[in-house]
Amino acid sequence: MSGPVTLKLRVNGRAMTLSAPPMKRLLDVLREEAHLTGAKEGCGEGECGACSVLLDGIPVNSCLVPFGQCEGARITTVEGLASGRRLSALQQAFVEMGGSQCGICTPGMLIAATALLDRKPGRVPSEDEVRTALAGNLCRCTGYQRIVDAVRAAAKPRPSGSKPGRGR
Amino acid sequence: MSTATPKPRAKWAAVGHSVPKLDAYTKVTGAAVYVDDIPAAGMLHGRTVRSTIARGRICSVTLDPAFDWSAVTVVDWRDIPGENVVALIESDQPLLAHDDVRHQDEAIVLLAHEDPEYLLEAMKHVRIEYEPLEPVLTIEDSLARKDVLYGSDNVFKTIHIERGNTAAGLASADVVVEATYRFGHQEHLYIENNGMIAVRTRDGGLHVRGSLQCPHYVHKALCRAFALPGDKVRVAQTVTGGGFGGKEEYPSMIAGHAALLAWKSGRPVRLMYDRLEDIAATTKRHPGVIHIRAGVQRDGTLVALESDIVLDGGAYATLSAVVLSRGAIHAGGPYRWPHARIHARVVATNTPPNGAFRGFGAPQTQFALECHIDRLAAELGMDPVDLRRRNALIIGDITPTGQTLHESVSAHEVLERTLEASRFHARRKEFTKANAKAEAAERAGRSSPGGRRLRRGIGCALVYHGAGFTGSGEVRLASKAAMELTEDGWPRILAGTTEIGQGTITVFAQVAAEALGLAPARVQVAEPDTARVPDSGPTVASRTLMIVGALVGECARDMRAALEGLTGKPVANEAAFRRAAKRWLQERGPLRVEAKYRKPEFIQWNEDTYQGDAYGVFSYAALVTEVEVDLDTAETRVLDVTTAQDIGKAIHPVLAAGQIEGGVLQGLGWALLEEVRWKDGRVWNAQLTNYIIPTSADAPPIHTILVENPTSLGPFGAKGVGEMPMDVPAPAVVAAIAHATGVRMTEIPVTPERLRSALRADGNTRTGR
Ligand code: FES
Ligand code: FES
Repeated sequence: MSGPVTLKLRVNGRAMTLSAPPMKRLLDVLREEAHLTGAKEGCGEGECGACSVLLDGIPVNSCLVPFGQCEGARITTVEGLASGRRLSALQQAFVEMGGSQCGICTPGMLIAATALLDRKPGRVPSEDEVRTALAGNLCRCTGYQRIVDAVRAAAKPRPSGSKPGRGR
Repeated sequence: MSTATPKPRAKWAAVGHSVPKLDAYTKVTGAAVYVDDIPAAGMLHGRTVRSTIARGRICSVTLDPAFDWSAVTVVDWRDIPGENVVALIESDQPLLAHDDVRHQDEAIVLLAHEDPEYLLEAMKHVRIEYEPLEPVLTIEDSLARKDVLYGSDNVFKTIHIERGNTAAGLASADVVVEATYRFGHQEHLYIENNGMIAVRTRDGGLHVRGSLQCPHYVHKALCRAFALPGDKVRVAQTVTGGGFGGKEEYPSMIAGHAALLAWKSGRPVRLMYDRLEDIAATTKRHPGVIHIRAGVQRDGTLVALESDIVLDGGAYATLSAVVLSRGAIHAGGPYRWPHARIHARVVATNTPPNGAFRGFGAPQTQFALECHIDRLAAELGMDPVDLRRRNALIIGDITPTGQTLHESVSAHEVLERTLEASRFHARRKEFTKANAKAEAAERAGRSSPGGRRLRRGIGCALVYHGAGFTGSGEVRLASKAAMELTEDGWPRILAGTTEIGQGTITVFAQVAAEALGLAPARVQVAEPDTARVPDSGPTVASRTLMIVGALVGECARDMRAALEGLTGKPVANEAAFRRAAKRWLQERGPLRVEAKYRKPEFIQWNEDTYQGDAYGVFSYAALVTEVEVDLDTAETRVLDVTTAQDIGKAIHPVLAAGQIEGGVLQGLGWALLEEVRWKDGRVWNAQLTNYIIPTSADAPPIHTILVENPTSLGPFGAKGVGEMPMDVPAPAVVAAIAHATGVRMTEIPVTPERLRSALRADGNTRTGR
């Protein structure tokens, strides 16, 4: 690998300057240099989505992204979804509706689902739309049903302060 | 999507409510620390050099003299301080191969270095020379004793179950149907690969942390391999990203390897598998062949079952004998068989050892049996549902092991509720009609839009699953659980049982909270660490809630009684608990209560004859699935699943339904997609690109109905839930495909290739008609 490069990025809203070899995977840079271990490695070849992060708002498999391409990039990892202790509606729905079991896929799922909901705020995607949007994120525990339900529940507009997705 | 959940009984404040899963917050925020998330600073990275042949002798292991080994820790079998075994049931599997290689990807040499890249390079410079021997790779070759790998006949274990007079029963039956069923390996494919961190402690012991299901198994294995007393070895579980049985026994091997490298280097060592290594080297579900002959009367009364089961155990015994046992016991399914003869064997081959996987043999044998029930119905010209209704178990019935069922038998209820919710018979009629119409149109040369020849089908299956260890297994385990007061006066559960995503922490807290008058979130659950928690037995066999959960409940009641004894007042809410707990700590010091498994009086089991009460109680499940088959591509899509499962009591309905849905999808994967492909005894599709598991787009909507028919044996009536969902999908899928196409498959997975050749044989292709 060639020598390290130093790049400026915005990670979870914070400006960061990180140094690593340009071919080092973004996943490893985030985990090792930025100490954000939320994104996981499940396969290292772009199949499982456990390493998903938002790169300029688009979900990508960070195991396939070379660090060298990330100059000036805006990156969101699962650690950036909550505001302080306050969970996002999606995170809250995952907690309440059983969207997370062993949890290893959860960071990637949340990222992919956040991207879906951000595309059309305020609209509840159909079950099929959710399933298609999450098809790059493997989960071996849940059978996906509760994940799909949680994503749809989180998309429902609701009066502020109320909890998502109790009724069915 | 709907989940029909029973209303929580008002008398219970914690149990029966879907409280937020206690570990969910850390999981949705990315804060949960899995083994690979532990900072690597100061640690060496470990790697495993593995065999590249399936069978042979190791002639020499050479480290390339041209490579700089000065900073590399190199371990082989001679570095093992104690015995070179992975202690489990038998001691046949070495931690590191010495002179014999018995399967591909068997561990031979271990390396550790600070730089993972250097380590990868170093691996290429270890030269192993072999004298290869002809491997035995299939069940058929093993049975034919192409070469003898184990004992005198390659059979690791034989189990025979006999009830009534099967020969006479078959002779008296109106109709006898015979068929052979096959099923392949299945990879667990937990999304978190295996990983361990080992440290040699200053007092000459070991501390190992990692992704695992059974800390006390690892503990036992390390004590043997390092000749260390129990108190010198400490094993703790890190947050674990899925197990499904795949982290039951194999982590003992990985922990041993990491520990050997740490022992020799004196440095902490992290040994993380990548996906390729995890799929290639670790255990899988046992593949096998089952031959069934079954006799039935014209009116649909089942008479006699003869089932010959052979599973492929792989190169070492691991848990195969126990998997076989559970498989054999479940081989008759949830039906009355006046006569049954079940003969089961597991044989040795030169493939990586197979091991525990959700369901543990029962999915295999009930897949075959349920397919056969459909075959019998077809032969009789009877509705397959009616055949099931006529023979499904009720209270007072006797299983093939001679067990009389005394309580909580729900075969009929789960069947009827599934049929009703899925509108089985109405849908069946609709599909039959639509398929006939499509076929007529195609014959008349009017093709459907897009020219696709699609057919739909619906299928149903019914299974049962015994919870807990078989027979006297629980007595031998003698599991314990304990509870203590923390320094701040909160209850803390101490159990060796692990959370692997299924919700152990949450349901244990609920069970304890109920007895203590607290909110579940107030109950702490200690990290499973062999230095701190008692041995609660392994986290397997759907036993966690029913067996260990009952012990937790007992501890909570004892703690409450102790506190009430002190204050003379009831402890029924948080304030009362806190007052009493603080007073106890002040006046009497620490409080710790412990409970130990006691066998219920009525359970009797004879290990020699395989007769008696195999399990305290069974859980029951039925499942209906709708599929669509494309006759030209031979692809099968699962459109919908409805399943009712009786689990006694849903302590946490959302988690229970989540277990069912996850298990169902694994079952659908096993039925349709998941196939381990082999070349010379080696997995060649050891990647997620070519070992395919279901995605959210493949997965159907799953409608779960929780049925609660309580048992006197589990806490609040709960029975096991973890494994049964895996037993039921595959035969329902095969039945649905048969309805759609008229072709009754006998081998899973029903991949397009397999279905295409069956359709062709049936003449059901574009060119064929
Ligand atoms: S680790 Fe990146 S897609 Fe699997
Ligand atoms: S929750 Fe375990 S893989 Fe999704």
